[in-house]
Amino acid sequence: MTNTVPEVGGEYKYGFKDDIEPIYTTGEGLTEEIVREISAAKNEPQWMLDFRLKSYEIYKKLPMPKFGPDLSGIDLDKINYFRRDSDKVARSWNDVPEDIKKTFDRLGVPQAEREYLAGSSAQYESEVVYHNMQKQFEKTGIVFMDTDSAVQKYPELVKKYFGKLVPPSDNKLAALNSAVWSGGTFIYVPKGVKVTTPIQSYFRINAGNSGQFERTLIIVDEGASVNYVEGCTAPNYSQDSLHAAVVEVNVLPNAYCRYTTIQNWSDNVYSLETKRAQALENSTMEWVDGNLGSKVTMKYPSVYLDGQGARGTMLSIAFAGKDIRSDTGARMIHHAKNTSSSIVSKSLCKDGGSVDYRGEVRFDRPSDGSFAHVECDTIIMDEKSTSDTIPFNEILNGNVSMEHEAKVSKISEEQLYYLMSRGISEEKATEMIIMGFVEPFTKELPMEYAVELNRLINYQMEGSVG
Amino acid sequence: MSTLEVKNLHVKAKEEKKEILTGVNLKMSTGEIHAIMGPNGTGKSTLSESIMGNPNYEILEGDILINGQSIVGLPVDQRARAGLFLAMQYPAEIPGITNAEFIRAAINSRRSEDDQMSIPEFLQKLDRTLKTLDMTEEMSERYLNEGFSGGEKKRNEILQLMMIEPKFAILDEIDSGLDIDALKVVSRGVNEMRGPEFGSLIITHYQRLLNYIKPDVVHVMMGGKIVKSGDADLAVKLEDEGYAGLRDELGLDVKLVDEE
Repeated sequence: MTNTVPEVGGEYKYGFKDDIEPIYTTGEGLTEEIVREISAAKNEPQWMLDFRLKSYEIYKKLPMPKFGPDLSGIDLDKINYFRRDSDKVARSWNDVPEDIKKTFDRLGVPQAEREYLAGSSAQYESEVVYHNMQKQFEKTGIVFMDTDSAVQKYPELVKKYFGKLVPPSDNKLAALNSAVWSGGTFIYVPKGVKVTTPIQSYFRINAGNSGQFERTLIIVDEGASVNYVEGCTAPNYSQDSLHAAVVEVNVLPNAYCRYTTIQNWSDNVYSLETKRAQALENSTMEWVDGNLGSKVTMKYPSVYLDGQGARGTMLSIAFAGKDIRSDTGARMIHHAKNTSSSIVSKSLCKDGGSVDYRGEVRFDRPSDGSFAHVECDTIIMDEKSTSDTIPFNEILNGNVSMEHEAKVSKISEEQLYYLMSRGISEEKATEMIIMGFVEPFTKELPMEYAVELNRLINYQMEGSVG
Repeated sequence: MSTLEVKNLHVKAKEEKKEILTGVNLKMSTGEIHAIMGPNGTGKSTLSESIMGNPNYEILEGDILINGQSIVGLPVDQRARAGLFLAMQYPAEIPGITNAEFIRAAINSRRSEDDQMSIPEFLQKLDRTLKTLDMTEEMSERYLNEGFSGGEKKRNEILQLMMIEPKFAILDEIDSGLDIDALKVVSRGVNEMRGPEFGSLIITHYQRLLNYIKPDVVHVMMGGKIVKSGDADLAVKLEDEGYAGLRDELGLDVKLVDEE
């Protein structure tokens, strides 16, 4: 996700694939034996194996989600649940196996790290192959590593928080992730430590028919702050891949966390994620979530506002082109006094894509004096494409206020005419209107991401006029 | 020198049956300022929108030419690049695009890929023009017309005009909703543009604007066509006698919609 990849082809530019033979793989399908194998391959303590096995039992019992996009195309017996491509997590790009390093070079990841990141990690298929934290940040006591390593090195912290916000029983995909999880990011920011420079993880699926089940756990201790960014891509394959991540973010009192995702999967990836944060007293949790590509995306990051004065926000864009089903949104659960939340969702669809907003705002009984704002804007670019806004509000307290605005439009003829009347071509004018539409989102991104996102949207827009 | 010519123009709105323009004839050259006056509902805005190429209007008959070349078949952006500019009565608001970004894109749309206006050059010109129009720098960083007051929108139209430097600028009721100070500022901008390479067609109800921008020719429109043309004195005479007086003098069978 940087602007360093040189060629801009007529196709999804991250669609290249590499022939890398895994060192180890559990093969297709999932059994209890495979769950045990994964755990053994990672040399895990008994408690984690027990957690996996319990999750596997739950997974077998739960049905697939019954709402939203059609998921019948996923063949869970054909998926390769675990593959290891490197036998260690490197701390220098020079130690990453050459072929894998090449992939990340093409994605511009090492260069981005040199230029503007406090820390960076890279996950290839199931496991993290690289991670590094710049010295100046490491000194502050921040822990930034892959979650597998965290289980070994910080078992107490992991035990305390792992699977608490998203229990395996939450939904089938969360149960699956809990059984077979591998990789992901673990961040612990000690009390009072503020990291303003972003920390990045990059997730890459390379093989077809594979699953990526990363597990991310973030703990921002009291008064601390962190800005975490993740990017995701995959090659184009005729067989589908499954990305089912679980992310848990714990924002302790007076802490701040911003979690930014730019997901740009190829059109054979089902991305079904469970992302949840808990915000305690006077803390702030911000999700910034950009979704382009994939075959199906289902994702509703949530904030449980459990401490007085906590604040939760979601700012998202979704762009659904040809054959893409995007069903995304957010959930804000007000469970303490004077909490506030804001959801701003921007959606675009064209060439028969479908982009739905699905969200929930809940004011529980103890949410006196709380406030929520929801704003959904959609531009439908042609007759073939569709969009729905599906908000769900539950209000159990009389002393709260809530605003909801939803707007669905086409590219405004009036705006187009105005821009063109100054000499700007229809194509450029359309692009400007779209860029203006997503601007509230892009202006929140680190600069390099904003540049890249604009480029990606431009690329998706190509040929949309004429 | 360039010319703009409207020949026997008949126009109706897309969704309607009724002809609004019933045969307009007009010819002007750069170096000249023409004013079109007329009562409400007489087709003045339809004329300006039709010249610019607003897709909501349909030309039934007649022609519009720049330097003898018909522009009727051209889309609006090509007409603009051919030298036309329309300061609109109701400019669109476009969130997310800054004024400066937009104006620079407009200027560069007239230039070739390898001759784009540089940012320093653009900013110099922008600063100068903002000063002329008593506009703050902050105006250029705001989103295009979003949340602008009526007066700010009008000023912003003139800002674009001065930055783009078209051959012909049509000002569609640029004076409506302006207080006297803003009117002076807007007039100053237009007067600064005056020169052998610039022509303007000013559409207005009132003679007041013409005290500040002195026209070479004044046309009066009624019932969808130009019924009388003259020099600047015609505007003064109209102010005294009203449109009804002129209508009766010319013996026209035209119903005046209202006189505000």
